[in-house]
Amino acid sequence: MPSMNDVKTSTRELSSANVPPTQARLWRTLEELVDSPSFREQIEREFPAGVGELRDGVSRREFLRFMGASLALAGLTGCGSPPAEKRLPYVEQPEMMVPGKPLRFATAMPHNGYGIGLLAESHEGRPTKIEGNPDHPASRGATNAFAQASVLDLYDPDRSGMVMHRGNGSEWGRFIEAANGQLADIRRSRGAGLCILSEAITSPSLLDLQRQIREQMPEASWYCYAPINHDNEHEGTRIAFGEALHPVYDLAQAARIVSLDGDFLHSDPGSVRYARDFAAARRVRKPGDAMSRLYVAEPTPTVTGSMADHRLPARARDIEALARGLARRLGVNVGGADVRDARQRRWLEAVANDLKANRGASLVIAGRSQPPAVHALACALNHALGGIGKTVSYTEPLEGGPLNHERSLRELVERLEAGDARMLVMIGGNPVYTAPADLNFGQRLLNWALPKDAQETKRLAVHLSTHYDETSLLSHWHVPRQHYLESWGDVRAYDGTVAIVQPLIAPLFGGKSDHEMLALLTGNVDTTPHALLRDYWRRRAGAAGFDAKWDRWLEKGVVPDTTAKLREPAAQNVAEQLAADAPAEADGDGLELVFQPDPTIWDGCFANNGWQQELPKPMTHLTWDNAALMGVQRARKLGLGHGDIVKLQYAGRTVEAPVLLMPGQHDEVVTVTLGYGRWQVGEVGEGAGFNAYALRTAGAPWFGGGLRVSPTGGKRKLANVDMHHVIVGGEIKKELQPEVVVVAEQAHAEADDENRRLVRTAPLPVFNANPRFAKEVDEESANPPLNSMFPQYAYKDYKWGMTIDLTSCNGCMACVVGCQAENNSPVVGKEQVLAGREMHWLRVDKYFKGDAADPEIFHQPVPCMQCENAPCELVCPVGATVHDHEGINNMVYNRCVGTRYCSNNCPYKVRRFNFLKYSDDTHATIALQKNPNVTVRSRGVMEKCTYCIQRISAARIEAEKEDRRIRDGELQTACQQACPTGAIVFGDLNDPKSHVHELKQSPLEYGMLTELTTVPRTTYLARVTNPNPALDEGHA
Amino acid sequence: MSSQPAHGEHILAPGQTYASVTDKISSIVQNRRAGRLWWLSFAFTSMWVAILIAAVSYVIYRGVGIWGVNIPVAWGFAIANFVWWIGIGHAGTFISAFLLLMRQEWRTSINRFAEAMTLFAVMCAGLFPLLHLGRQWYFYWLLPYPNTMWLWPQFRSPLVWDVFAVSTYFTISLLFWYAGLIPDLATLRDRAHTRAGQIVYGILAMGWRGSVRHWQRYKSAYLLLAGLATPLVISVHSVVSLDFAVAQLPGWHSTIFPPYFVAGAIFSGFAMVLTLAIPMRWAFGLEGLITTRHLDNCAKLTLVTGLVVAYGYMTEHFMGWYSGDVYETFVAHNRMFGPYAWSWWLIMACNVVTPQLLWFKRVRTSAVTLFVLSLIIQLGMWTERFMIVVTSLHRDFVPSQWDMYYPTIWDYATLFGTIGFFFWCFLLFIRFLPAISIAEVRELVHEKKHEGQ
Repeated sequence: MPSMNDVKTSTRELSSANVPPTQARLWRTLEELVDSPSFREQIEREFPAGVGELRDGVSRREFLRFMGASLALAGLTGCGSPPAEKRLPYVEQPEMMVPGKPLRFATAMPHNGYGIGLLAESHEGRPTKIEGNPDHPASRGATNAFAQASVLDLYDPDRSGMVMHRGNGSEWGRFIEAANGQLADIRRSRGAGLCILSEAITSPSLLDLQRQIREQMPEASWYCYAPINHDNEHEGTRIAFGEALHPVYDLAQAARIVSLDGDFLHSDPGSVRYARDFAAARRVRKPGDAMSRLYVAEPTPTVTGSMADHRLPARARDIEALARGLARRLGVNVGGADVRDARQRRWLEAVANDLKANRGASLVIAGRSQPPAVHALACALNHALGGIGKTVSYTEPLEGGPLNHERSLRELVERLEAGDARMLVMIGGNPVYTAPADLNFGQRLLNWALPKDAQETKRLAVHLSTHYDETSLLSHWHVPRQHYLESWGDVRAYDGTVAIVQPLIAPLFGGKSDHEMLALLTGNVDTTPHALLRDYWRRRAGAAGFDAKWDRWLEKGVVPDTTAKLREPAAQNVAEQLAADAPAEADGDGLELVFQPDPTIWDGCFANNGWQQELPKPMTHLTWDNAALMGVQRARKLGLGHGDIVKLQYAGRTVEAPVLLMPGQHDEVVTVTLGYGRWQVGEVGEGAGFNAYALRTAGAPWFGGGLRVSPTGGKRKLANVDMHHVIVGGEIKKELQPEVVVVAEQAHAEADDENRRLVRTAPLPVFNANPRFAKEVDEESANPPLNSMFPQYAYKDYKWGMTIDLTSCNGCMACVVGCQAENNSPVVGKEQVLAGREMHWLRVDKYFKGDAADPEIFHQPVPCMQCENAPCELVCPVGATVHDHEGINNMVYNRCVGTRYCSNNCPYKVRRFNFLKYSDDTHATIALQKNPNVTVRSRGVMEKCTYCIQRISAARIEAEKEDRRIRDGELQTACQQACPTGAIVFGDLNDPKSHVHELKQSPLEYGMLTELTTVPRTTYLARVTNPNPALDEGHA
Repeated sequence: MSSQPAHGEHILAPGQTYASVTDKISSIVQNRRAGRLWWLSFAFTSMWVAILIAAVSYVIYRGVGIWGVNIPVAWGFAIANFVWWIGIGHAGTFISAFLLLMRQEWRTSINRFAEAMTLFAVMCAGLFPLLHLGRQWYFYWLLPYPNTMWLWPQFRSPLVWDVFAVSTYFTISLLFWYAGLIPDLATLRDRAHTRAGQIVYGILAMGWRGSVRHWQRYKSAYLLLAGLATPLVISVHSVVSLDFAVAQLPGWHSTIFPPYFVAGAIFSGFAMVLTLAIPMRWAFGLEGLITTRHLDNCAKLTLVTGLVVAYGYMTEHFMGWYSGDVYETFVAHNRMFGPYAWSWWLIMACNVVTPQLLWFKRVRTSAVTLFVLSLIIQLGMWTERFMIVVTSLHRDFVPSQWDMYYPTIWDYATLFGTIGFFFWCFLLFIRFLPAISIAEVRELVHEKKHEGQ
C-alpha cells in the first residue's frame, strides 16, 4: 500500500515551541523515572549539556533522535558535541541495563476499563513486545490480540503530540490557566456545572480521585460511557439479586456450559483466562479423559460459537425466549409461551437434561448484548443448578461511577441541552463518534460549547485523548493522553485483582495521564501521577514497610489480596419479576440488526493500529473493513454477493455497507461491527469501513428488528485473506470445493481418497473407542509410505518441533499478532492484501463443514512446518533457504534473490514474499518498535516462520553459559507465548521429558500432507468434540 | 518432406540464377529505400520498445509487486512469457541445425531469418527470468563465479540448470547465426555503395575472401556448430520444463513435461516462422525464394508437433485420472471448469482443433490462411504457458491459500513490450543484413542446375 511506504510529510510536526518544557523528559533507569531529587541532581551534574539540549525544547524529530541514541547507549554518552566539563565514564554499568539484553517490566493494560497483566519487553528503553504476566489471573502468561497490538499504538505517528485549543497548538501551562479560570467559579458553587465523562473505570486510585472531587465539589456530576459496556449485566444482576453484581466464571469447574449469545472466550474482560480454563477442561490426552461440553445460542458465529459442541443459530431477540424455555425446563417458573420452533425445543430439552445431570458443574453465561432479563435468567439458572460459588461467583461491581452507561450518557446529554453545565471534562473515550446516533451527542456538544451570545456563561469542553479525534475536534481543549506503557496507574482484572500500570518509557508525545487531569480538577497541579498513585496505595496499604511492598507489587505486577469481594447473593424470585414483562414474540418485522464490537478494532480505539487492521477477523478473515454479515441463503435470496453494497435502513437511519456472506449466520440477522468509518482517525484507519454507530440507538444498543436491506448496485472490494466465496460455496461449482475436514464418524476413520485430510476430528466416543483415528486416515489412504534410498540425517543435538492442538485452538488470532510483533512483520495495507500479499508468518486457516446455514467451524493455525525434507530448499537456486543441524528450515535473507520458486514448491504456502518494499522506515517512531534481534526484511526477499530462532539463540546462549541444555519450557515461540489456550507447544523432540515430545506420542497427533514425504516438524493434534448424544442433528 | 519436389512445387522458383539471387537478396539491404510500411512498422515497434524500457525500469525500481503475482501465484506472466519466447526460438534452431544435418535443402531460404528469430526470441526470453527476481541486481548469484564467500549456486535447483541451458543456447545460436552470415557479409561488403558500408560489413566479414580454404573451413565449422546446436533443440526446453516438473505441485509434477514442452516449442516456433515469413516474402517480393513449398513444409511440421502437443494434453489428463491422486484429479478438473477454464478451452481450440485444418493441402498452401493460423497457434501456445504456470499455482494443496492471479498493466506492458522489441529487432535485421542466406541459395541454384542437366 503506497500510503505505508510513501514518505508523508507530517503536518503535525511539532515546532519547538509546542513541546512543553516539562514534557521533554526521558528516563534511563527506574530511579530516574521515580525522579528522586538526588537522582535529578546527579543527572544534571553528569550530563549538563545533554539535559540542557532537551530542556531548551526540541522538535519531535530531534527529541526522538536524542532519545533513541541516548537510550541505545544506556545513558553512557550524550548527543551532539561532548560537554566541556570534565566527565567520567561509568565504571559499572547501570543496574539491570546490559546493551543487547531486553528487560521485562510487569505492567497491565486497561482495555475497556478492565486490566490484563503483562510483561512488557524493553530493548534499550524501547518497549517492543508484550507478553502475558504468568502471575496475573487474567493473563496467566497469555495475551489477546489487543494486548499484543497495543505496543504499536504507543508508537503511532498519528498520536496527538500537543495540547490543542480550538484547533490551534497550545500548551499545558495555558490549558491549566484556562481550566483554573473556569474551575475557580465552579469551586465557589461547590462544583455546580462541572461534568466529568469517563469510560468504565476500575482503577482504585482514579476512583479515589473521583471521591476527592466529589468531596470537594459535591455538586459536580460524573458520567460514564463506553460504547461496549456491561449495562445489561449490571441491570440483570439487579433483577436477580437486588443489587448490581459482576459475574466471575470458573470454566475449569464447568462440565456443561451454556452461552446465551455470550462471546466469553474472546470479548469478555476475563476472556484470556476463560479461554485457558475452557481449553484445559476440554483437553483429552487418552481415552476416558473428561471433557466439558459447550452449548451456544447466538445470531452470528463468534469465537465462542465456533468452539461449541452444539451451536444454535438464533436471532438475538429470540435468545430471551430460549433462556425462558431453559429456565422453565429447569424448574425456574417464568412467564411467556414456550418457543415454537421444533428444533429449538429439541435443543432446549437436550440442554436442560444435560445441565440437570451435571448439577453443580453447570454454567449459564449471558452475553453482554442480551437484555437484563436474560442475565437475570442466567443468574436464576446458575442458582437453580447450584453453580453459584462453584462455576460462577458474583462480586461487587468493579467499575466505579454510574454503572448504567446508557442512562448516564442520556443524562449528560440532557445537561448539555439544559445548558447549565459550565465545564465538561472528557477523560478518554470518543463519545462524539461512539455515542448512539439518536442522542446526537456531537451536535449537542457543539450547540452547548458554542454560546449563542456573549452574555452566556463561558463554557469549556476538555478532551483528554491519545489522538486528536472526532471528540477533540468539537472540544475547546484537547490534551494528549498517555499510552499505558508511558503512564503510572492501576487497573483491576476481571476478578478484581489490582495490577500496577508501570511505564516503560517517558511519554513519547508528551501526553498527560488520567491522574494528572483529575488532580488538576482537585487543584493539585504540582504533583506527578507516580506520586498520586503511591500516595493512594500508601494510604490503603499502610505506611509501614510500604516501599518494600510497593517494589514487590511492581516486580510481580499484581497487588496481592485485591480480588473482588464475593457476594453471597440472595436470589430473589426472578420468576415474579420477569413474568410480568415476557416479551411478545417479535416476528415479521423484517430482518434483525445485530451490533458487535469489532474483533480487531474493538469500539474504534484500534482503528489506527495497522496490526489490528490487517489482522484477519477470527470468523470472517476480513481485514481493513467491516461488513454487513449476512446468511448465505438470505444473501442469495436477495441476489447479493460478497462485497455488494447494500443500504441498511434501520430505525429511521440509513447506512451503506458491503455484504459479507457468513456461514452459520442466522438467516434473519444482519450483523455489523462497531469501530469503523471514523472521520478523524489517522493515516492507517482513514477510509476503512463504514460507521455502524450511525445506526445504533440508545434504546437498543445491541440489536433490533425492522432492518431493511436494499441493494445499491455498488460494490466494495473486501480484503479477505482467504477465498471466502470458495469455501462458502454458491459461486463455485460443487465439485471444485474439496473436502478438507475428515470427520471420524464411526470407530474407524474412513480413508476417503477425495479428501485432503488437512483437519481431522472425531466426537469423544469415537476417540475413546479408537484414539488413533487421526493416524488411521493416513494408514488407510492409497498413498503407500515412500522410503528414501539415503540415510536420514541424525539430529544429535536439539531437534525442534511443535504441536498445535486443534481441540484447544479457538481462532482468536492472538498468535498472529504476537508473531507479527516479535518478527517485525510489515503491514502491507488493504490493496496488497487484496492482491494476495499479506505478510503474516502464521495464519489461522478456517474451514466450514456441512450446511452453510449451520456449519461446523474449524480453526487451524499454520506456521512453517519446518519439513525435514523441505521442498523449498531443493528448488532455491542460490541456497538461500537451508536446513540447520537442529532441523529448522532457515531463510537467509541476505542470500535471497527472490525467484519465489520456494513458495511455489511449498505445499503449505507458508512463505511470504516482499513483493514491494513493505517495511516502514519512513515513520521514525514505528522503527522504535522493531525487535532488534530480527532482521527487517528488504524488498525482493522471501521470508517465513523461523520458530522464533532469535529466541532459540538467546536461550542457547544462556544455557551454554551455565553449561547445560536448554530446559523444556525455558523457551517459547512468540505464538506459543501469546496463545491463551496453550494450543501451541514447542520444544526439543530429543528431550524425552519435554512436553512437545510427549504430545508427539499422542494418538491424536498427525501431520498435514505427510503423503508428500515432507516430514513436517509442526504437527497437529486432531480435534475432539463432545457432542450430546441426545442431539444428533447438525454436528457430528 | 522429401528433399525432392515430387509434385511440381519448388523450393526455388524456376529461373533463378546466381546473379538474380544475389541481386534480389542484397538489394533489400542495399538498393531499396525503406518503404513507408517499414517506417510505419518501425515507428510502431519503437513505441513498444519505449514502453518496454519504461516497464523494465519501473519493475527494477519498485519491485515485482507492480505485477499481479502474489502468494500462491508467485510466478505469473514473466515465467509464462519466458517459456513461450524460448519455445519460439526453438523452430529457428530446428530449421537451421536439425534440418541441416538431415540435409533438408528446403531449409536454405528460411534458415537465416529463422535463426535471427531464435536470437531475438531468446533475448526476449532471457529478459524475464532476470526481471522476475525480487532483487534483480543479484542475478549473477545464479552463476558459479568465484567469490570470497565460497558460495556456489545450489545445483539441485532447476533454475540453475536454466541459467546454463539458456545462456548456452543464446551463445550457440549467436555463433551459428554469425558464422552463417560471414560469406554474405563479405558479399555486402563487396557490393557496398558507401564507405561506411564497406567498413562495417568489412569488419563483420572478418576478411572473408571466398577462397577454397575459407570455404572448406567454413563448411566444417558450420557443420560442427550445427552438431552442437541440434541437441540444444531438445535439451533447452527439456530443462525449462524441469522448472515445473521438478516441483511437486500438481499440474507441474509430470514426467511427460520434457517431450511435451519440446514439441510445444517447435510448434509455436514454426508458427512464428510463418508469421514472419509470409509478410516478409510479400513485402519484399521474395515468393521466388520462399515458395509455397516452404510454407507447406512448415505447416506440416506445425501439424506434427501440434499432434504431439495434443497427445501431451491427453496424457496429462489421463494421468490426472489414472493416478487417483486427489490433487492431480482436482487440477485437471479445475483447469477445465475452474475460474481459468477459459484458458483451457482456448488452448484446446487453438492448439488442438485449429491445427487440424493443416491436414488440408489447400490450407497449407494458402499464405493468408496460414498467417491467420500461425497467429492463432501462438495465442494458444502463450495461453498454454499461462495455464500451466497460473492454474497449477492458484489452487494447490491447502484451500485456505487459494487465490486468483490478475495481471496488471505492467504485466501486459512487459509482454507486449517484448513482442514489440522482437519485431523491432527483426525490422532492423531485414534492413541491415541479408534475410535469406545468399551463399546457401546460390549453392542451391548450383545444385538445381546440375539436377536439371
